[in-house]
Amino acid sequence: MPASTHPSLSLGPVLYLWDGPKWRDFYFRIADEAPVEHVTIGEAVCSKRLHFIEPHVAEVIERLEGAGKKVSLASLALVTLERESQLVRGLVRDSVHPIEANDLSALGLLAGKPHSVGPLINVYNGATARLLASRGATSICLPPELPMASVRDIVRDAPDIAFEIFGFGRVPLAISARCAHARSKGLVKDNCQFICGEDSDGLIVDTLDRQPFLALNGVQTMSHTCQSLLQELGELTAAGIGRIRLSPQDCDMVMVARIYDDVATGRCSSAEGIERLALAYPGVPLSNGFHYGQTGASWIAAPAGSPHGGERWQMS
Amino acid sequence: MTLPFAMTAPFRIAPLSVIEHATRLVFAQVVQQHPDLFDRLGEHADKRYAFVPTDLPVGFLVEPSARRISVHRKPHLPVAQACMGGKLVLLLALLEGQIDGDAVFFSRSLTITGDMEAMLALRNALDDCNIDLPADIARMSGPFAPLVRRAAAEIRTRALSREAATWN
Amino acid sequence: MELICPAGTPAAFREAVDAGADAVYCGFRDETNARNFPGLNFSRDELKTAIAYARQRKVMTFVAINTFMRAGQEKLWHDAVDDAVRLGADALILADFGLMAYTAERHPEQRLHVSVQASASNADAVKFLVETFGAKRVVLPRILTIPDIARLARQISCEIEVFVFGGLCVMAEGRCSLSSYATGKSPNMHGVCSPASHVRYREDGSELVSELGDYTINRFPAGEAAGYPTLCKGRFDIAEERGYAFEDPVSLDVMDHIDALRDAGVGALKIEGRQRGKAYVAEVVSIMRRAVAANADERPALLSRLRRLSEGQKTTSGAYEKRWR
Repeated sequence: MPASTHPSLSLGPVLYLWDGPKWRDFYFRIADEAPVEHVTIGEAVCSKRLHFIEPHVAEVIERLEGAGKKVSLASLALVTLERESQLVRGLVRDSVHPIEANDLSALGLLAGKPHSVGPLINVYNGATARLLASRGATSICLPPELPMASVRDIVRDAPDIAFEIFGFGRVPLAISARCAHARSKGLVKDNCQFICGEDSDGLIVDTLDRQPFLALNGVQTMSHTCQSLLQELGELTAAGIGRIRLSPQDCDMVMVARIYDDVATGRCSSAEGIERLALAYPGVPLSNGFHYGQTGASWIAAPAGSPHGGERWQMS
Repeated sequence: MTLPFAMTAPFRIAPLSVIEHATRLVFAQVVQQHPDLFDRLGEHADKRYAFVPTDLPVGFLVEPSARRISVHRKPHLPVAQACMGGKLVLLLALLEGQIDGDAVFFSRSLTITGDMEAMLALRNALDDCNIDLPADIARMSGPFAPLVRRAAAEIRTRALSREAATWN
Repeated sequence: MELICPAGTPAAFREAVDAGADAVYCGFRDETNARNFPGLNFSRDELKTAIAYARQRKVMTFVAINTFMRAGQEKLWHDAVDDAVRLGADALILADFGLMAYTAERHPEQRLHVSVQASASNADAVKFLVETFGAKRVVLPRILTIPDIARLARQISCEIEVFVFGGLCVMAEGRCSLSSYATGKSPNMHGVCSPASHVRYREDGSELVSELGDYTINRFPAGEAAGYPTLCKGRFDIAEERGYAFEDPVSLDVMDHIDALRDAGVGALKIEGRQRGKAYVAEVVSIMRRAVAANADERPALLSRLRRLSEGQKTTSGAYEKRWR
């Protein structure tokens, strides 16, 4: 079990469709200012979007590596078309950067090569983690719905692999062959006009009683709430989690990274961190229910020194 | 549809105690014939279930762990954790697993309120039991058994086929 | 083509066998299978009896152990595998890599099928599972078109089973946390989706309101067919639009495409519905048995009767047809 004093931060891939220049400028600023050690880039959600970022990938990698960040490339989460299979095969064959596998095809193709495993692969137990490690996985970002009890067991059962936790961002909850985002604007996936690009932070789905509930991101469905495990950083570190993933939202992610860094290194309390987070990503309630094995949308305020206790608040 | 008069008449004119006595006899017979009925309920056996036929002036309260059924005249129905309402013929057909509960529910011929999990457990437990009311009732009817069985089966068949016609 | 039929209770199991199933699939009464609903599923003794009943009639029994082992509770899943093998299951339907590895190592002779929950949606994914765990069959996720399936079939060495009738997952199976987000109960870890324990129906004026946990999932005006509050089939508001954001309360029916599926290389047709009653199972299986044998022009008459039993009393071909996307 790694005995580091505090976890490092990583930045997951931008899950939304941002236009090329916005995407590039986002990573340039991350390279220059954000206290993250590791950055995973690439299109994980929808293969149709790839051409938006392709012209900028090289310059983004160069800028990130120039700033000392380690860079990985994300594979697609849902691979059904021959074209998509070819994309994954090409990525595995040609990439000089480590790949983050987000579906079973990438896992299969990456056998024997060092790689990482993304949060959309179902790793629910130590046996699965060990199996993936035996095939070349060096790190696994665990599924966001895992409760702390599972996290602790998995890390203990698979000591030869590094683990990462989904610590900030709207939670990717589901993915479909159908594009609900396009459908909501009267379009279909095959002629979607990249309409999901209109909603750079997701399109909110309300219940019929006007309660914000989910967020659409193309074929992916995300939580309306933003998962934050800021309060739980100490507990996660003690359990052997070496890395915390921040999933980009359309907000000041440099500020988000600084807040996590400040709390991780003890420069600021988690309570203060939560307050600052509300300013950095305003208008979106926080959630951490998954961590406690409860309703994922719920927020459980853990009193200082008692990582398991705390009152349950429904933030919505 | 309406129930055959032969089925509803006793509930309208008989004293509650008589209805309850008859119901308990039938219930006891069913429980005796199907001792595994409540095994599947697990933790839900301790709950109270109400069955309220929309076309009868009475409702039934079932308490599985006590092996007890009671009859109550509307609107004085006791509190139950889970309640199912619908035409008597549908409730009986569900009891026997002759029709699919989901299909009936989706068609809104049936209402379920309260503890859905408990009602689902009971539905599934009943579905596994192969209850055959006319046969079960007939077993307690002595020399008149064949007659009673035939009469009950005929009523059920007529009622169900008419109900099926209204769904399509 | 084989007809693979659901059974949630021993009574439904016998109905499925008698109605003409080639194989019946079922699960144990716990969290090891993806239909862990109250009052449903099999004890060890019940499975033993069921397998014997099926075997006498030359029908196979598949045991679904298709949730993901919860860390720290692996024994529950290991026992399920060991017992299903001991009791003579003809195949185990598995989703978890760790459990597949356990099965392949402890019971190398046991036939292993890849559950739809494993989300093996392309040739490289299937090859990975065949090569690593010796999988003999894959149940494909309900996200592929028939041409996708045909292309896939040409590239893989194992058998293909697809869902043709019953409940429809709108999301890629085994990769959906919508239910645990709203209720804390997870399809992958607890074998439940939109669990009944969190479901509530209430009347609001003339409307029937369905709720899951703290969320309103639908409101049905008087006279409209209702549906179970499955999250992905709920009615929601997006911007100013009100409607079914993901999918209507419909169920899957691709029986019109049986011949195309056969030509695509599909060897087994699967009926969803272990949570449905024995009357449903008996009717669906017997009609499907006749439909598989019938000519294409005879099928519509057979199948129209099935639609009455469907959720929302409407059906869709789902992802099998490209325009669904």
